[in-house]
Order: sequence, then C-alpha cells, then structure tokens
Amino acid sequence: MIRNSSLFIFLWLSVSSLAHAVLTIEITQGSEGAQPIAIVPFEWVGKGTRPVSLKNIIAADLQRSGLFSPLAEQDLISKPHQGSQVDYKTWRALNVGYLVVGKIHELADGSFQVQFQLLDVFKGSQLAGYSIRSLNSGLRRTAHHISDIIYKTITGEEGAFNTHIAYITVTRDENNKKRYQLAIADADGYNEKIIYTSPQPLMSPSWSPDGTRLAYVSFLNGRPEIFVQNIFSSKKEKLASFQGLNNAPRWSPDGKYLALTLSKDGNPEIYVMNVNSHKLTRITRSYAIDTEPEWLPDSKGLIFTSDRGGSPQLYEIKLNNYKPGNRAQRLTFEGNYNARPTVSADGRYIAMVHRSQGQFRIAVLERESRHFSVLTQGNLDESPSFAPNGRMIIYATEEKFRGILSAVSVDGRARQRLSLKKGDVREPVWSPYQVNK
Amino acid sequence: MIKLMRYFVVLTVVVTLAGCNLGPLKKRGQKSDATDTQVEDNQFSKAGDSTGAFTAGDKLEVSSLNDPNSPLSQRVLYFELDSSQIKDEDRDIITVHAEFLASHPDISIVLEGHADERGSREYNIALGEKRAKAVKQIMTLQGVAEKQIQVISFGEERPVALGHDDSAWNLNRRVEILYTGY
Repeated sequence: MIRNSSLFIFLWLSVSSLAHAVLTIEITQGSEGAQPIAIVPFEWVGKGTRPVSLKNIIAADLQRSGLFSPLAEQDLISKPHQGSQVDYKTWRALNVGYLVVGKIHELADGSFQVQFQLLDVFKGSQLAGYSIRSLNSGLRRTAHHISDIIYKTITGEEGAFNTHIAYITVTRDENNKKRYQLAIADADGYNEKIIYTSPQPLMSPSWSPDGTRLAYVSFLNGRPEIFVQNIFSSKKEKLASFQGLNNAPRWSPDGKYLALTLSKDGNPEIYVMNVNSHKLTRITRSYAIDTEPEWLPDSKGLIFTSDRGGSPQLYEIKLNNYKPGNRAQRLTFEGNYNARPTVSADGRYIAMVHRSQGQFRIAVLERESRHFSVLTQGNLDESPSFAPNGRMIIYATEEKFRGILSAVSVDGRARQRLSLKKGDVREPVWSPYQVNK
Repeated sequence: MIKLMRYFVVLTVVVTLAGCNLGPLKKRGQKSDATDTQVEDNQFSKAGDSTGAFTAGDKLEVSSLNDPNSPLSQRVLYFELDSSQIKDEDRDIITVHAEFLASHPDISIVLEGHADERGSREYNIALGEKRAKAVKQIMTLQGVAEKQIQVISFGEERPVALGHDDSAWNLNRRVEILYTGY
C-alpha cells in the first residue's frame, strides 16, 4: 500500500513537472541602435496577491524584437502610473523616447481591468491608451497584447508577441526510452502544452492558417504517415498513409489544401490534397527527389526542394486552380545545398537551410532583388520559420550536444536562444496571427 | 529465349563456383586464390573480384540467417554524403542477399534507409528512401520479387552513432537489410 501511494506521488510529480516544463529564452545578441523605452511597473489596485509582472513580460517582448532597449528598473527616475503624473522634462534628460505606465485593478469577480498608456516623452503627449479586461489566467496574454500595441504604434508594423510556436521535443522516459512530443507554447516559451506524445519519431508540424490544427508526420505505425490534429479537442485524423513516403505536410494559406510529399508512384513527388475531400493532385513529375513544398502566400504557387539538377536546390512552380501551371523554375544558385524553404507571410523572403563550407546555416533570399544572405553562424542549423510579421526567424540548432531553438531578426541584428531544461527541442513553427482559444 | 539461356549459363557458372568453394565461408577481405582466378573470366567478375567474398547466396540455407559467420550476416551498407550511389565493395554483399532471396521467395526483407543529421530533415527522409531504393533495384535486377522487399526511410531520425562528427555521420548514412521474422 505504501509502495502504491509513493508510486502515485511520483507519477503525480512527474505529470505536474511536465505541465510546467517551459522553454527558457535567453537574449544572446541585442541590437545596436535599439530605441530606449521606460516601462514602469504597473500599479496594483486590489486586495489579493499581486499577479505576474506585466512590466517584465512587456519589457522582455520588446527587447526580443531587437528594436527596443527597455530601461532596467533601477534606472527609472520615478514610478508614475498614469500620464498626468509624468514629469516629461526629467525623462527627456535620460534620453528615453517612450514611457509606458499603467495599473491593474482587481474586480469583484476576481478578474482584472488593465489600464495602460504609451507616452511620447519628447512631445509630452499620449500615443496610445487602452483599458483591457483580463482573467488571471489571461494576464500574460494581455501583456503580449499590450506589447503588440506598443510595437505597432511606434514602428507601424504588426507585432507578433501574442502568437505561439509549435515544436517537437525528444526526451527520455523513466525506462530511458525515447519519447517524442509535439508541443505548443507562447512565443516567449511560456504555457507549454503537449499536443501529442509518441514512442516513435514525430516530425514536420504545420499550422492550419486559423491556428486551430496542426498537421504532422508520425512514425507510430513503423513508417511515416500524415495526421491532422485539433490542438484544443485533440481530435486526430489520418490524412495520408500511402505506400512509401507520406511526408512534409504544409497547409495552404487559404486553408483548403495540404501540400505534401508522396513516393507511392516511385520516387518522392509533390502533391496537393484537398483537406475536406482528400482528393489528390500530383504537382511534380521528375525522376529526382522533390520534397519540402511550401506555399506562396496567395496559395497560387509552391516552392520546393529538388535534386533534379544534381544537388538539392529550391524551385518554384505556379499553381493554376491547385494544378501545375508551368514548368518549375530554379530559384537558388548559391552553393550546392539549399533546402527546406519557408516563405514570409508577405511573400518577400524565402528562408532555407544552406550549406556553406560544410556548415549548415539559415539563409534568406529576397525574392524580388534575388539578394541572398546567410543569417546564422551554427554548424547544424535547420528548420527555419518566420514570425507572422516577418521580422524574426526561429530555427533549430545544436549546442553542446543538445538540440535547441534560436531566433534571429531578419536583418541579423538581434538573436536569442530557447532551450529545454532536459532533452532536445527541434522543428519550431511559428503560428499565424490568430490562434483562437 | 536467348536471355533465358544466358541466365542458365550464368547460373551454371555460379553453381560450379559454389561447388569449388566447399571450405568454410570466407569473410570479406580474405583471399582465396581459387575463387579469384575462376571468377576473373566469367561475367560475375565485378561482384566477386579480388575481395574473395563471392559466395552464391542461392546455396545458403535459411539457418545461415542466424549464423554470424555467414556472408548474410553483413547487413549494413554505407553511403557518401548526399549520395545514394552503391559503393563497389558493397555490390557483392547485395548480390549474396539477392541470390539468397531469389532462391527463398517466401522470405522477405525491409530495406531501411537512413541519413546523417546534417541538412534538412524532410530532405533526409527522401535521401534515405533513395538509398534504400538503389539497393532494392539491384536486388530486383538479380531476381528478387518486388513483394519480398519493403522500403522504409527514417531519414536522420534513427542514428546508430550519436556524435556530431564525421565518424558518427559515416556510420549513420546507411541502408540496413532487415529479415522479417529473423
């Protein structure tokens, strides 16, 4: 009996520690010329315990973007909580362009009303001011929402702080057997949620454009098969289980189709499948490897990897009503290895895995100018994915024999690292803007 | 018909050769003068030359699948970076398995293709499949039935060596021949 209860406690502990496992983020390179911004700790107006620090979450968000440099708390010369209390002259002397102040009011039903103001220090005026209702469990989300408002007000571009990442983790279970998990977390690594666990490899997660479902490849049945799973209900559907490869699923931006790789007709070819009818259309026809399809934002073309020219390179094919519309055109000519394309949401950039002097790195091709640049400095960098606003790329790399994630701004100026406490994390994919909860 | 006759001639040569080599089965790299000279002047010279490993797989019993000294015990083929080209020295390993399978049509195998960890995961899955299919093609040309061979690729997902250097990568770029049920 005692044995049993201790086993129960052990299990309970391992379950609860799983629930709290998070990716920890470390900023490895800030950006020169980042805008100084002062974020004052929000005033707490309530009887209960003070909730999470919104100021810390917002400051970390803005710093990660590489465009802002939040002041350390000890450098704040005063701690006002609303615009009318601000003495702009003293802040101007610090050369701080922007100031964020706010309050959290505890409401009778236990929820919160969060007020905040973004102030232009040099003009001495308010740029934005909002009051947002939030549940305790939603305060982190509210903080990311505030970060998005600040970012958009100052830069004019959409922020991507209130988004998620999906990724694969590989850890060892209590019998030292490998355990593969598909997980999602907030873009800052918090609130990890396990979507699916398997003793066999999992790979290639892809978000549906409404952020409610993930397509992925599972080897549970001893060979690769494609599944689609709802991230809220966990409802799962097997989409492709043909002979040979069932790989590289990518959801079309219009949500109607999946592009995928099948080798049922001999060698790996790209197909598109209607998500509702499961009807297949073959897109490529070559004796070579064709794989890793990625959609253009208008759903009217695919970029993919092919070794038809002797080494893996990226090609583009137009789609006409989801059927091949032309002969595929080669896109990359730098070096002899360019694979795993991913396209920014505005269609301007293609990021890929590029080999340069034996090192595998993330490179970016600007589609219109054909300008090609290598963004990372690792040896085993792979799986790039753009933030939905196109400013950052998250990717997988290896550090001290472990798989970790890294993020780099598209201009290469800001960098950060995301790692698990134990095990490997790989194949990050940034969610679209709206993940409906 | 001419093709068929040629096949018989070849088979006869093989059977004769196997008959000559009644001693203990030779391991790869061991020299056997008798086989060397005789193999030189038939059209199997490619498979059997100087390594002395040539042993007709169609003469092997099913029990040799569990014999660590049998030529059938060599079940891993290695590949160069980015390549699915079969190495010359591996062709006779494939031939031994192919002949064994051709004469035991009830036995089937899985050819498991693998890649090293470098580069992109999905491309590596495709590359692993291409490697396994290159082995399959040689086997089917040597008389193994399609239905005896299943091809599965794990890409870089199942390394045998865990390091991040050439010595590990060399071992991970491989095709494994797995006998179903043995």
